[in-house]
Amino acid sequence: MEPPAEHVHWLFATGFLLLSLCLLARAIVGAEVWDRRAWRAYLWPSLLFGLGVLMWPVMVFFTNSSIHMIAHGAWAQTMMLAGAAELGLVRGKLHNRAWHLALPLALAVSGIALLVHEQNGWLFARAAFLHHALGWAALIGAVFPLLAVFQPRRRAWAAGLALTLVVLSVFLYSDRDVAPIFGHLSERAGPPHR
Amino acid sequence: MSTQLISERAAARSRSARARLVGLLGPLTMLGGVAWAFLQPYRITLLHPHDQGFWWLLVEPPLLVVGVGIVFALFVAPGLIEDLAELDED
Repeated sequence: MEPPAEHVHWLFATGFLLLSLCLLARAIVGAEVWDRRAWRAYLWPSLLFGLGVLMWPVMVFFTNSSIHMIAHGAWAQTMMLAGAAELGLVRGKLHNRAWHLALPLALAVSGIALLVHEQNGWLFARAAFLHHALGWAALIGAVFPLLAVFQPRRRAWAAGLALTLVVLSVFLYSDRDVAPIFGHLSERAGPPHR
Repeated sequence: MSTQLISERAAARSRSARARLVGLLGPLTMLGGVAWAFLQPYRITLLHPHDQGFWWLLVEPPLLVVGVGIVFALFVAPGLIEDLAELDED
């Protein structure tokens, strides 16, 4: 009854897409307007925390190597940390602005984990290509929330983070278990799906 | 015309432009999902459900994109647009 790995990627893509729309809207209207309603202030950190929680079953049920388990576990932990830190800041339980650094940390750790746990080259198959692309996108995208920590009023950084998540979402939706990428598919990858 | 009035009007114009942008996010996402469904109809297995497993019938990526657009347009965008309009009235 386990879903194929590609379906899990698509479901996570949906979560990231919703998260990115919320962050994009927040970047457009500004944090002051976004936080005017309490439920809305909690919305995106809760989504992030929830996505982190959902990474645990992925770690348990989709572990086909130690490096996969470590990578999925690292994502789960850092996404939960980032979501919890933002929730703590919204709630007023945390006061130090340095807690905002949990978000770039989550993206950077996710990016590194993606790059490290992909054992094949870029053009081995579509999944391998997407792991490399996702890793670099997350790593480069981590710059936006990092800059936002030092320049919180600059909307370009907030929009950059939201658009990074849109890109991650598109990459995740593009994933297939075995499929060619730009006409390349390694013979060792197996028979391709449609 | 006083400079204060001019800057207030400019701020109000900017807020209404932002409201329009927020209002567009949901429909644009839905449009993206529909366009994807037309470009890759085979990714909607409900159109050819024979011999498809449970997960293949449940998880339909283009429909998920449309769903995200609907959720955002119905539950998030209206409140934001309302709050921007309230700022204009204040």
